[in-house]
Amino acid sequence: MVSEEEVESIAKLADITIEKEKLAGFTSRFNDILEYFDILDQVAPDETTKDDLYNVLREDEVMPSLTQEEALVNSGETEEGYIKSPKVM
Amino acid sequence: MRYRFDAEDGNNAFITIVRDAEYKEGGVLSGIPVAVKDNISTKGIPTTCGSKILEGYVPPYDAHAVAMIKEAGAVIVGKTNMDEFGMGTTTENSAYFPTTNPCDRTCVPGGSSGGSAAAIASDMVPMALGSDTGGSIRCPAAFCGIVGLKPTYGRVSRFGLIAYSNSLEQIGPMAKNVTDVSKLMEVISKPDIYDSTAYNRPYVHTPSAQIKGKKIAVPKEYFGEGVDDKVADCVRGAISKLEEMGAEIIDCSIPSMKYALAAYYVTCTSEASSNLSRFDGVRFGPKVEMKRSWHDEYRDYRGERFGEEVQRRILLGTFALSAGYYGKYYAKAQVARSNIRNDFLRVLNEADLIAGPTMPNTAFKIGEKSSNPLEMYLADILTVPANLAGVPAISVPCGKVGGMPVGLQIIGRHFDEESVVDAAFAYEQEVN
Repeated sequence: MVSEEEVESIAKLADITIEKEKLAGFTSRFNDILEYFDILDQVAPDETTKDDLYNVLREDEVMPSLTQEEALVNSGETEEGYIKSPKVM
Repeated sequence: MRYRFDAEDGNNAFITIVRDAEYKEGGVLSGIPVAVKDNISTKGIPTTCGSKILEGYVPPYDAHAVAMIKEAGAVIVGKTNMDEFGMGTTTENSAYFPTTNPCDRTCVPGGSSGGSAAAIASDMVPMALGSDTGGSIRCPAAFCGIVGLKPTYGRVSRFGLIAYSNSLEQIGPMAKNVTDVSKLMEVISKPDIYDSTAYNRPYVHTPSAQIKGKKIAVPKEYFGEGVDDKVADCVRGAISKLEEMGAEIIDCSIPSMKYALAAYYVTCTSEASSNLSRFDGVRFGPKVEMKRSWHDEYRDYRGERFGEEVQRRILLGTFALSAGYYGKYYAKAQVARSNIRNDFLRVLNEADLIAGPTMPNTAFKIGEKSSNPLEMYLADILTVPANLAGVPAISVPCGKVGGMPVGLQIIGRHFDEESVVDAAFAYEQEVN
């Protein structure tokens, strides 16, 4: 079981504000789902599972791409070809 | 050439309609109106993923699948409604409006590609593109009485599909009949260098109604707890029909199915928590305020613009990947996923195909399950295994229960869409 405070702290990590009045209901549904996930405790750890992943690489060649104008067209605010964001500090 | 799209949208299938569209003459889809799910990028046409966080976003490029259908002459007539970012089973989680089921407007069309399915079922368009992360093509196909194919993972490029869960999702074709699904699949499965998980295995095939001698395995878990008796009987009847037509039916078991839903939801929410971190109002979407520091601004921005289900999944994924819980959730989910894949490979080593219901029930009433997310997740139990295993799966209409359509799901080996399509085609030809 996670508490409302824990949900708030996960929400903070995920950069999402959950409104105070919604927190109790959100936490309760969150816990219902986590309780269902507990079924995974019954899965035996499998040391033999190998993943068959491999890298797909290609030559680093310049190819046609978006123009600067196209790349910036959806940005909220731009200045001299750069995207503006809220201040970090 | 220009195309005037005049169809009326009585089910709220579309978020954006393009009434006056251009197309290229001469290809296999020349002049055919095609609808595109709103999470697939279309150059110059707004693409919102059914979310307020992408309201007003106009992609500067086409998804590979969209470029291919345009090249083949298709007319893109609009962008279809969906559960926000593909997260849902009913299309009720759209931030704009719910779509209704053309078979009964008091019911949901299924989801998350509910708009695409409703547009086809109401004869607005003959075919559409959807995307399927855990059943989002097959569920609405079953609920609306149309055909939908989730391709093998890697057979269709995901370039331009706005990512929710990269390791599970595929773009796929939806249509009134198997022939059109096959035709659209052929167009979108062309190779693409921009998706490194896309194989160079184009689908080039004309459906053949040949089912004689094919071995079809029927897993007992597909008729287990939670599956409506009448839906189960309807699908058993369809499987008997395949047997009468010369297929050999064998019983089988997929014991790892027990863990499929939990493994699926842990995996997709974990991937979502990472993928959806890019939505901050800086590079796309409505503009973020710049008064306070960025975490403060982003938190309120994302809290206001993401819907509750999207927030829930981002938080579930953030939690499942956090220190101290990773081993309990994510690592275990990957072992379960590997067991599921192995179970499918074992069954498909003995049989050519697997058959069962697409959904455990027919379409719900609007609002029936929207307040209980866990209950909603349970509806995906029969569709998520194919995504976890990466195998192709089709839903083809096989009758009605209480006036609402039922889907027969046929699953095949990796990169054997051809056999899946042939079996669905054989069934369709026999009953129509």
